[in-house]
Amino acid sequence: MPTGLPNGGGLPDMKDMTATILKRIGHSVITLFVISILIFAGVEALPGDLAESILGQSALPETVEAFRKELKLDLPPHVRYISWLGDFVQGEMGRSLSNHRPITELIGWRLSNTLFLAAAAAVVAVPLAIILGILAALYRNTFFDRIVSMVSLSAISFPEFFIAYILIALISVKLPLFPSISTLDDQMSLADKLYTIVLPCLTLTMVVLAHMMRQTRAAIINVLATPYIEMARLKGVSRLRVVVLHAFPNALSPVINVVALNMAYLVAGVVIVEVVFVYPGLGQLLVDSVSKRDLPVVQASGLIFASVYIGLNLLADLLSIASNPRLRNPR
Amino acid sequence: MTDLKQSTPPLSTDPISRRKFLKQMSALGLSMAILPGVFHGSAQAAVPQKGGRFRMGMGGAHTTDSLHTPTLADQFEMHTNYALRNNLVEVNQKGEAIPELAESWDVSSDAVKWMFDLRRGVEFHNGKTLDAEDVIYSIRHHMGPDSKSGAKGLLDQIDEIRADGKNRVLFTLKGGNADFPYILNDYHLTIVPAGTTGNEWEKGIGTGGYTLEEWEPGVRSFLKRNPNYFKQGRAHFDEVEILGINDVNARTNALKTGRIDYMNRTEVKTAHLFKRMPGIEIMQTAGGLQFTLAMLTDISPFDRNDARLALKHAIDREEIVKQVLRGYGTVGNDHPIQKNDRFFAADIPQRQYDPDKAKFYLKKAGLTDQTFPLHTSDLNTIYLDMATLFKEQARKAGLKIQLIKEPADGYWSNVWIKKPFCNCHWAARPTADMMLSVAYTSQAKWNDTHLKSPRLDELVKIARAELDQAKRQEAYAECQRIIRDEGGTIVPCFKDYVEAASTKVQHGPISGLLESDAHRAAERWWFA
Repeated sequence: MPTGLPNGGGLPDMKDMTATILKRIGHSVITLFVISILIFAGVEALPGDLAESILGQSALPETVEAFRKELKLDLPPHVRYISWLGDFVQGEMGRSLSNHRPITELIGWRLSNTLFLAAAAAVVAVPLAIILGILAALYRNTFFDRIVSMVSLSAISFPEFFIAYILIALISVKLPLFPSISTLDDQMSLADKLYTIVLPCLTLTMVVLAHMMRQTRAAIINVLATPYIEMARLKGVSRLRVVVLHAFPNALSPVINVVALNMAYLVAGVVIVEVVFVYPGLGQLLVDSVSKRDLPVVQASGLIFASVYIGLNLLADLLSIASNPRLRNPR
Repeated sequence: MTDLKQSTPPLSTDPISRRKFLKQMSALGLSMAILPGVFHGSAQAAVPQKGGRFRMGMGGAHTTDSLHTPTLADQFEMHTNYALRNNLVEVNQKGEAIPELAESWDVSSDAVKWMFDLRRGVEFHNGKTLDAEDVIYSIRHHMGPDSKSGAKGLLDQIDEIRADGKNRVLFTLKGGNADFPYILNDYHLTIVPAGTTGNEWEKGIGTGGYTLEEWEPGVRSFLKRNPNYFKQGRAHFDEVEILGINDVNARTNALKTGRIDYMNRTEVKTAHLFKRMPGIEIMQTAGGLQFTLAMLTDISPFDRNDARLALKHAIDREEIVKQVLRGYGTVGNDHPIQKNDRFFAADIPQRQYDPDKAKFYLKKAGLTDQTFPLHTSDLNTIYLDMATLFKEQARKAGLKIQLIKEPADGYWSNVWIKKPFCNCHWAARPTADMMLSVAYTSQAKWNDTHLKSPRLDELVKIARAELDQAKRQEAYAECQRIIRDEGGTIVPCFKDYVEAASTKVQHGPISGLLESDAHRAAERWWFA
């Protein structure tokens, strides 16, 4: 029985939830396995291999051959895949083929950088988007609503590198406030690091803001048309209270989904921003490894990205269920 | 070693002998450090100052970069490597071979046996003293059947390397080579401690002017001056920070905002805007970097020299330099020797764009209706621009060229030397012999035109082993003529290196052998 109030349906059925989570995790593992095959096949299908791409123009048939032999690239693809899989399930990520560094070391630092930037952008973007969305719904069709929509939609319509270059031109070159490149190193304090990533963080915020803001606004407006909102209004509840306490909790489900998707984008889709700001994240590593056909690194970073997507989607689904009594108590 | 000619200056027409030169230099306490060259700018620039952190923004950086010398290939890793390690021989800004870890050398009269005396008391960063075993290990590492080195082809000419005591290395070549010391300047052939293996390569141990503090491939290398450096008057910066910045706009902005002091690979399209900025110097260096169009001379229709000549007359080199290189370069003359090279034959007339001649040769070849497919790629922006412009120029001369765009991935393995007509480019080689024997003799490993000219082969062989400069000059001039008139290569242009730095950065004359002052910027430059 749907109720208009949040948490009106009692505690979630923990047993059902656990079963759902386990089932979804099971599916995720299968998905990851399929993805690893797809990544392997994709990289195999590209012309050339690591030996050729590293040696480039100076490759000789015999040096390429020696290179392949050393890296076991001369073995048939399925043998290489199975040996990689065998190591992987034992938790052995292996070493980068091109510079023999352990992949955990190579990826660990970059993954933490990627997560740092994503977290910083999310901390700014998510609350901002939701507040703006609520305000836009509250004052819909006013001048404020139109301005917010226009600005955020324009920001999303430009390619992200364009926004990045505009920001650099304005508040790095013309007005020297922030650094134009965001190279991090270990000697930096947290404050230094935050200062260094202001521009990429701002760029990402502008890129993801519109989605979440528009979704929040639409979901709330949708809910505002339902009879129980009318009832609340008739009872004399203030508009703000209606929107924040009555409408928003019921609009959460689609908002959570779009937030999760954008978070996944912040982790896995920011290669261009990384390039423009010279930010040492995982995306750059993935692109370089693909172009050099460094398969173990491609696999590892590809699977991390895939896990992030799957994990965030799973989380979004679970949160939607938790936030929606109808889904929580199916009947 | 009685057959070694003593005190022969084999590589220079300079009346001062090499020994005398060195003696004078050491007497000045300068060793080989500052060459009596003319320095740019004001007189104060001639006295290098110590100190400061030199921050370089480098395009050509990859997370797959490595300090393993056999696989060095791009700018970020190459520059880091050269700041950490030294060659036996250095090629200076004038293109002369000067001593580096080798203090001096001598050669037998047939240029087959070479003897290198090592500088004594040079220490690696880990405290080990350099000796002949280190040199032999470092060179041999690139040879043999298991080698995956980019320098393997260069070293095939070595028959034997052995030590003669702790401080002397003897090379016996399979044939005479008067330019052998130049080969030892190759960036792969930097010297490491004997036994360096596996992960130890990434520690960057060498004898160079800087030691490795941090190494994050493709991102950042951080170096500190080696207080124990054997060269006087080199490695002036306290610290060097090399940042991998592949995006040219990001590099440009970083330089404009003062985040870096130097950037390589300035965009030629925006260099004129950059020039107007105060505090920034554009450095334009003529080198041997050349862009070519390679035709396989044994595949129809390129097996007919008239077809090749038709195409060679159908390209407007001046326009390509003007439009594609924006003036940052010089026209080529369909042979690989650059104007500043000591063996450049100035008397060969420059080939011009001549639609009538192109039509004439096309008709002579009986190919008036032929369409020539040209394989190009966005591997390098110049490839596409040049190919597109050439297509239009050729159309005006009545030649039909069809452009086929190939992916940058695997271009070198799937297109180059496989397709009968394609784009290519060559980095400078320090000697005419290296350029000719890398791509033009029948036995050349990368003969991308399948040119087989017995006369050319013979000339290259004679000139290689000849110690008489005048005779070499003559032989190389004929080589240039043969390649120009019979070869399968169109050389429309040589591109200058265009780089930019803050005016704080001071430097002597810049070498055009490789980018970034032949990758010795960190070692040679200083702050005002």
